[in-house]
Amino acid sequence: MPVILIISILAFLLLSLLPGDPAMIIAGEQASPAAIEQVRRQLGLDRSFLEQLGIWLFNLARGNFGSSLILNQSVLSAVGERLPVTLSLAALSIGFTIPVGVFLGSLAAYYRRTWIDSAVMTVALLGVSIPAFWIAILGVILFSVQLGWVPSSGFAPISQGLGGWFASMALPALTLSLFQIGFLARMTRSAMLDVLSQDYIRTARAKGLSEWRTVGKHALRNALILIITATGILLSAAIGGSVIIEQVFALPGIGRMVVQAIMARDYPLVQGTMLILGFTFVMINLIVDILYTLADPRVRHD
Amino acid sequence: MTDVGIGTRATAAAIAAPRGYGTLRRLLRHRSFLIGFTIIALLAILAVLAPLITPIDPSAMRVRLRFRPPQAAFWFGTDQFGRDVFTRVLYGARISLFVGFAVCVVSGLCSAVLGVIAAQLRRLDSAIMRLMDALMSFPAILLALGIAAALGPRVSSVIIALTVAYIPAGVRIVRAAALTVREMDFVQAAQVSGASSLRIVLRHILPNCLSPLLVHLTFIFAYAMLAEAALSFLGVGIQPPIASWGNIIAEGRDYATQAWWVMLFPGIAISLAALSLNLLGDALGDMLDPRLKGGE
Amino acid sequence: MAAPLLSIRNLTVQFRVDTGWVTAIDDVSLDVGAGDCVGVVGESGSGKSVTALSVLQLHDRVSTRMPSGSILYQDDDLLRAKGSTMRRIRGSEIAMIFQDPMSSLNPVLTIADQISETLRQHQGLTGAAARRRVVELLGLVRIPDAARRADDYPHRLSGGMRQRVMIAMAIACKPRLLIADEPTTALDVTIQAQILELLRDLRRELGMSVMLISHDLGVIAEFAQRVVVMYAGRVVEAAPVTQLFRRPVHPYTMGLIAAVPALDSEAPRLTTIAGRIPGPQEIIPGCRFSPRCALVQPSCLDEPPSMQTVGDGQSARCPPRIQVLGVRHG
Repeated sequence: MPVILIISILAFLLLSLLPGDPAMIIAGEQASPAAIEQVRRQLGLDRSFLEQLGIWLFNLARGNFGSSLILNQSVLSAVGERLPVTLSLAALSIGFTIPVGVFLGSLAAYYRRTWIDSAVMTVALLGVSIPAFWIAILGVILFSVQLGWVPSSGFAPISQGLGGWFASMALPALTLSLFQIGFLARMTRSAMLDVLSQDYIRTARAKGLSEWRTVGKHALRNALILIITATGILLSAAIGGSVIIEQVFALPGIGRMVVQAIMARDYPLVQGTMLILGFTFVMINLIVDILYTLADPRVRHD
Repeated sequence: MTDVGIGTRATAAAIAAPRGYGTLRRLLRHRSFLIGFTIIALLAILAVLAPLITPIDPSAMRVRLRFRPPQAAFWFGTDQFGRDVFTRVLYGARISLFVGFAVCVVSGLCSAVLGVIAAQLRRLDSAIMRLMDALMSFPAILLALGIAAALGPRVSSVIIALTVAYIPAGVRIVRAAALTVREMDFVQAAQVSGASSLRIVLRHILPNCLSPLLVHLTFIFAYAMLAEAALSFLGVGIQPPIASWGNIIAEGRDYATQAWWVMLFPGIAISLAALSLNLLGDALGDMLDPRLKGGE
Repeated sequence: MAAPLLSIRNLTVQFRVDTGWVTAIDDVSLDVGAGDCVGVVGESGSGKSVTALSVLQLHDRVSTRMPSGSILYQDDDLLRAKGSTMRRIRGSEIAMIFQDPMSSLNPVLTIADQISETLRQHQGLTGAAARRRVVELLGLVRIPDAARRADDYPHRLSGGMRQRVMIAMAIACKPRLLIADEPTTALDVTIQAQILELLRDLRRELGMSVMLISHDLGVIAEFAQRVVVMYAGRVVEAAPVTQLFRRPVHPYTMGLIAAVPALDSEAPRLTTIAGRIPGPQEIIPGCRFSPRCALVQPSCLDEPPSMQTVGDGQSARCPPRIQVLGVRHG
């Protein structure tokens, strides 16, 4: 997997991107020379560039993603601790997105060039145009402050009861979904338009199948192949979006941790976390590729 | 001509498509294009003419005029420092549109160059594309966040960060288009007749990659603006006191319950700008790229 | 004479285009009697497939309209039938096979799945019973090793095999009418002959009526008892097949017959009709064939000719020729 290697090197380069002396930046402007020297040694910055890269890769190969400067914790355990929050958010928002997005997109394609199509596509367009963090704040004002339906911030672990977990996650996940729903609906519509004009759809109708079966089985199965390729983008959007949404709702997830690490100049933590997210994305794409193969018999047999 | 069957809208249209309509004329008849273009042009004009439209200094603080709700004197109200929100949104448009446009242009140029190189030079192809794959593995916003934070809080850092984040998708699009064009007869003919590679690239390949790239860049403009707002909202983008739509929302957020107008109007402005660009992108895609057909 | 099984009367079909609606077929009438085989012939663009798709109402709803005419099947006018009535008829009473077997089968469903769907829809057959019937049907259309083939996906089969699967699907519920829209056009010559022979045998065994659509008058001549000739969206001549070859009335029919390669002649000579078929948007005064017609007269450009009976079950849309023939006959 050369991509994994390049990702590792890129994440490493992030630190050398810092203009000036990284050790000084990390230690802070007012740090004593001794403190800066300590940081430099701690980060291995006193060694040559290639040596540093070698050590970085060697550590990675052993599963050592580095340690945080502020958390007194290894990157891996810091990420692991916050994983449930981000995972809950991503899973729930994808859970909202896929059925709603696919349904809306199919609806628009089936009723293309009617008012239904226009209405659905307008909603989808709004979804990809409105900034999520803005709608999230509005959501908090309306549903938490005014209506008091859900807590305005914080995370309730799933182990403490499903209801509390869902209440704490519903609004963040929903706001995170808006962009993805818009994106998926647009994607599904164009895939469905393509599929609905195929000859085999006419065959299905000629057999006397109901429209429901024709669209829901014959068309959707084929469109799904196209839609699966979009799920990678969707997940990437979910991970990226969660960085901002976690910030708005004060959810103690990976995204919020990265933002805090950036603010605190905890570059090893940023580096390590970016790398883990990058690996995750590669894995997701791998799974998407496998799903794609399973969904399309034409690829499966070749 | 084929017999017209079910759902063969395209065929039916092809039968009757009146020949000789210029792309421009078709664009002008396209509703999404007109709406999108009008809104974004209007926003751009407002941004450029901001000092003429509003006499107020966007960072002038007048503590006695804090938190005034929208009224005749302050169309969008005032914020916690008594600054005029309308003025700040207008000046914010300058930054946001500039960042969006700059990212659009720079990443477009880089994508075109890298994409054509990848398509033309076999030896560099896999190296470039693996690098792009790797860059794409990081969520764009996170990559931009990291780069912007590393380079320091400046407008240029935001532009560089977002450019890097959006180059990979552009490179893929240009490369794919270039590979398709290269196999076409007229390029092969040019090759056989001894035209130099550079000439072929400049005269044949590049022009034919432009329409998919243009469509893509219109969406990138919208994404970049949204991302700039998000970065500024998170505090690593445009720094106060310079007004950007993102940081006005960030500042207004703390007072959102008592002074909702501070964060409402910049949000509407971002949404409008992104909406118009997305409409524009859809319309261009419809017109220029037959594969994306299916809108309107 | 008993009422025909299917009777298309004065059917007009229009398609939506950017600038409005264009008429794809105009005032088309034709009958298919019980047990009959009717061939519909014409160049592509003549409107024969549009006519066929109209019978099962398979046109795209959004971009098609049928402002006039009727399609009578038993007691129903299919143009005005409810969706549920239409679905009961499709695949069960009237079945259809299409030109391109490559794209007409769903690529992500197995053959057994696609055939048994029809059985479940109309006969309530499921599970092992459906499976048995699927294998039986595949055997009926002479697919070797049917039991194993049933679980294949379409892309594993050749074009001829796929068309056999389409036929199996069409005859699954023993329809009374089979509409075959250019069933052999996309296939090799040798496969064409096999498929036609299969259709002929099945027609005899099952006693179906068949409406065969082809651009090839040779195929029609071998297969059909009656022929309907279409040109530019209109029926220009209809006659029993022997009558048509013995005495073609319309100049277009004469052109088509001349274009059929004669098997017995030593040097097969192919004549083609000069010019091309007009598109639905082209405005042609009078007879739409006049620009290509060798026998054109000034009166042909005055007004669109009407369909006139010549006798012996033959009718045509060419008044000058009918006049000439009528004089000679009478």
